[in-house]
Amino acid sequence: MSEFFYMNGYAFYVWGSYGVALLVFLVEVAMVRNRRKQALRQLRLMNDDGDAA
Amino acid sequence: MAINWFKYSAPSTFYGLAGKLIPWFSWPAAALFAVGLYIGFFVAPTDAIQSEAYRIIFIHVPASILSMFLYLIMAGYAALGLIFKTRLSAMMASALAPTGALFAFISLWTGALWGKPMWGAWWVWDARLTSELILLFLYLGFIALQASIEDPRRADKASALLAIVGSVNVPIIYYSVQWWNTLHQGATIKMTGTSMHVAMQQSMFTVLVACWLYAIAVGLSRVRSIILEREANTQWVKELKEVRE
Repeated sequence: MSEFFYMNGYAFYVWGSYGVALLVFLVEVAMVRNRRKQALRQLRLMNDDGDAA
Repeated sequence: MAINWFKYSAPSTFYGLAGKLIPWFSWPAAALFAVGLYIGFFVAPTDAIQSEAYRIIFIHVPASILSMFLYLIMAGYAALGLIFKTRLSAMMASALAPTGALFAFISLWTGALWGKPMWGAWWVWDARLTSELILLFLYLGFIALQASIEDPRRADKASALLAIVGSVNVPIIYYSVQWWNTLHQGATIKMTGTSMHVAMQQSMFTVLVACWLYAIAVGLSRVRSIILEREANTQWVKELKEVRE
């Protein structure tokens, strides 16, 4: 198995590419989910102010 | 049965539709990424010249293709928003920009990590690399312009102009390898077919489809948030189940 990860000496370049690509996708998904959470929280605050007014 | 396209161009109906569609794109995207990379690493043979380093192609090429197409789609939506004043089109443009920028970054990053062992340099002012870098700057310019203008309408208009003008850069990227035959190799996959090994083709094509599904899923999710932000004080948003709870 370790021979596989060695990538015939190119491990750094291959896994450096796929690792960063995976990281980018995960970060973007997290950011998108967080943006939705923020938007909904903001709307609920507005609704509460609306009710309170 | 005439499909009333305009029904779904209203943010409120599109918000609901997009919500239902997302899982149909996100889960298949994850599955196809796994399948594509499995083929790429366990089925595709070692390359005679580049040995294992060439396996970077299975993410480098799809990301590059996505970075170019997403820009054209973004510019298209921006133009629609500009011409027809349809708010949802402008929102779609804003929703796609970050994803396009990230694909451009991945394209440049994986290209550099492939170039170092094969060309001996992380970066070269080669025609294709330079025009892809300009593409990344155009994406970032679009996002910055959007963020810097308070009023959404004016922000959409200004960024739409930038996107449309910038779209001339995409054909330049595509043809750069033929016009300035500097360092980056020409198209391996031509309309006439390809010299690539079949498993390599399968892997790259599968990852490409996965990237498309991913981009759609993320784009739809982000546009829903943009709709919530921009339509905050509308009645239909106030009555949304997820807002009322």
